[in-house]
Amino acid sequence: MDNILELKNITKFYGDKIKTQVLFGLDLSFERGSFNSIIGQSGSGKSTLLNILGTLDRPTDGDIIINGKNTKTLNANALSQLRNENLGFIFQFHYLLPEFTALENILMPVRILGKKIDKEVMARAEELIELVGLSKVKNNLATQMSGGQQQRTAIARALMNQASIILADEPTGNLDSDTTEQIYDLMRMINKKYQTTFIIITHDQSVAEKTDRIIEIKDGRILMDVRKK
Amino acid sequence: MKLAYSIAKRFLGYNKGQTILIAVGIAIGVSVQIFIGLLITGLQDSLIDKTVGSTPHITITQEDETSFEEFMIDGGSFTAVAYQAEGPAFALSENDDASVLLRGLSADGDKLYKLSEKLIEGRMPSAMNEVILGSGLSEKLDVSLNDELTLRTITNQSVVVNIVGIVDLKVDAINNSWVLATLATAQSLFELKDEITSIAIQVEDVFEADVLAEGIMTFERVNEQNLSVVNWKDQNEDLLSGLNGQSISSLMIQVFVLVSVVLGIASVLAITVLQKSKQIGILKAMGITDKTASWIFLFQGLLLGFWGAILGVLFGVGLLLSFTTFARNPDGSALIPIAFDPVFIAFSGSIAIFSALLASFIPAQRSKKLSPIEVIRNG
Ligand SMILES: Nc1ncnc2c1ncn2[C@@H]1O[C@H](COP(=O)(O)OP(=O)(O)OP(=O)(O)O)[C@@H](O)[C@H]1O
Ligand SMILES: [Mg+2]
Repeated sequence: MDNILELKNITKFYGDKIKTQVLFGLDLSFERGSFNSIIGQSGSGKSTLLNILGTLDRPTDGDIIINGKNTKTLNANALSQLRNENLGFIFQFHYLLPEFTALENILMPVRILGKKIDKEVMARAEELIELVGLSKVKNNLATQMSGGQQQRTAIARALMNQASIILADEPTGNLDSDTTEQIYDLMRMINKKYQTTFIIITHDQSVAEKTDRIIEIKDGRILMDVRKK
Repeated sequence: MKLAYSIAKRFLGYNKGQTILIAVGIAIGVSVQIFIGLLITGLQDSLIDKTVGSTPHITITQEDETSFEEFMIDGGSFTAVAYQAEGPAFALSENDDASVLLRGLSADGDKLYKLSEKLIEGRMPSAMNEVILGSGLSEKLDVSLNDELTLRTITNQSVVVNIVGIVDLKVDAINNSWVLATLATAQSLFELKDEITSIAIQVEDVFEADVLAEGIMTFERVNEQNLSVVNWKDQNEDLLSGLNGQSISSLMIQVFVLVSVVLGIASVLAITVLQKSKQIGILKAMGITDKTASWIFLFQGLLLGFWGAILGVLFGVGLLLSFTTFARNPDGSALIPIAFDPVFIAFSGSIAIFSALLASFIPAQRSKKLSPIEVIRNG
């Protein structure tokens, strides 16, 4: 099977003097275009795992292979570029740039890539804005939008560079259940439309149940890995 | 780079109040520097002009105060070279008499002593036996323009001269004693033939006078005739050390202003890194490089420095203009004629820009080290 993302024997220790082990030799792989969720108790190591997957954090030991490329040997600049071109992040606290409008936030990954904002790019941005239903507020500053709108902006931003993998850490954590439903449907639609791989951390059982695969983490180990279909 | 610049601009625009505050802080620093710098320079220039503006900077005389043969001195550094024949004489008018100093001057004498500017009435002497008198002397002798005057030397030579002008020489001692004529008039009265008693020289840069004087000392004609060369700096050591002290204290003030500006910018920019650490973390998660992240802060420093400098130059020049407009002598002339030295102003502005850039290095370095994970973990 075509694996877009592979983890091999990932361990993670925190702390310098007093070392606490958070991840214990995880092996995981994700198929291209799959829609996955990670669940587990608070403190079990979900965020730690996702951040390592996203190259935001380095594991103490083990390999991460993204699109066939082992990230171990990459320097900071190469990692930045890899993130920019392949990965999109959605966090619980959306993390938009408050100084910029929704549209500008969505265009930011393209500018980081060093590409001109030409007609084609604008058309894609508009399409994504339409898709996530932000047409009315696209010129609002990030701070002038509701929580749900901000989260949808973050999703559009994560998709702007045609990221092949979207990593989401409790994306609906502080949204009401209706909005949660909408955001989930949106991610699902994008998954179908662009074959984007999704890895979503969630506390919400109903969200997890709608994904194709549920991975449960307990105390830094994989407790359960269930695939539907 | 372009991205870093546009993010920097946006960050500054978003925190308008803070941006304006820093820019004004830099501007005040720059304007104080410009004001103090140019004020002190203006003060010193006017002091120097008053002291040596219309006196010789270098004087060549015969050691034993007798006469010597005239010789050519020229060169770009010398703005006026006056050949002089002078000596004591006795002046007799119809009404009174007085001891005077008769000084015959070659053409450059007018320029050197600024005589034409100081003429109260009449004109400069141009022909044989025409003289101009200091205003004090003319009162003492009770003579006026176009009157005749008899001059007698200690060797009892005498001549009758025409008063063609009265001149105000500003300093009482010389106003009450000087009689000025052409070189030929004095040479003939003192029986000097073609010889002169001194050469008075003005130089372009008054502070170069000692160096130029040393150069003149090596002239063949100077050595041959055993002439002595003195310059104004030797005779005004107190004034010079005063000026020097003033320059140093002015420099100190400027340096301290600068240091406080740099510290101010550095500390505010350091705070903005903290303020913007979340944004930097997000940008890094999206793939911005450490270098671009640090350029955001360098550009912020540059922009602040640039606008601060422009504002500061405007403030500073405005301050100077109002100072020269409102601080005036009773006669309406400026109390301190300030030299608007564009080089100094540009220099001061560039220093501000440079210091702002320098001050932004620390925050830039910090932003480089900032890891996105910190931000994401800590909200
Ligand atoms: N920077 C750190 N230094 C030390 N320990 C850390 C650090 N970050 C996380 N930990 C520890 O690692 C463990 C896993 O944390 P992690 O954030 O991955 O949990 P999580 O599964 O995402 O929990 P939650 O559901 O509450 O978000 C926790 O015990 C936490 O205390
Ligand atoms: Mg977590």
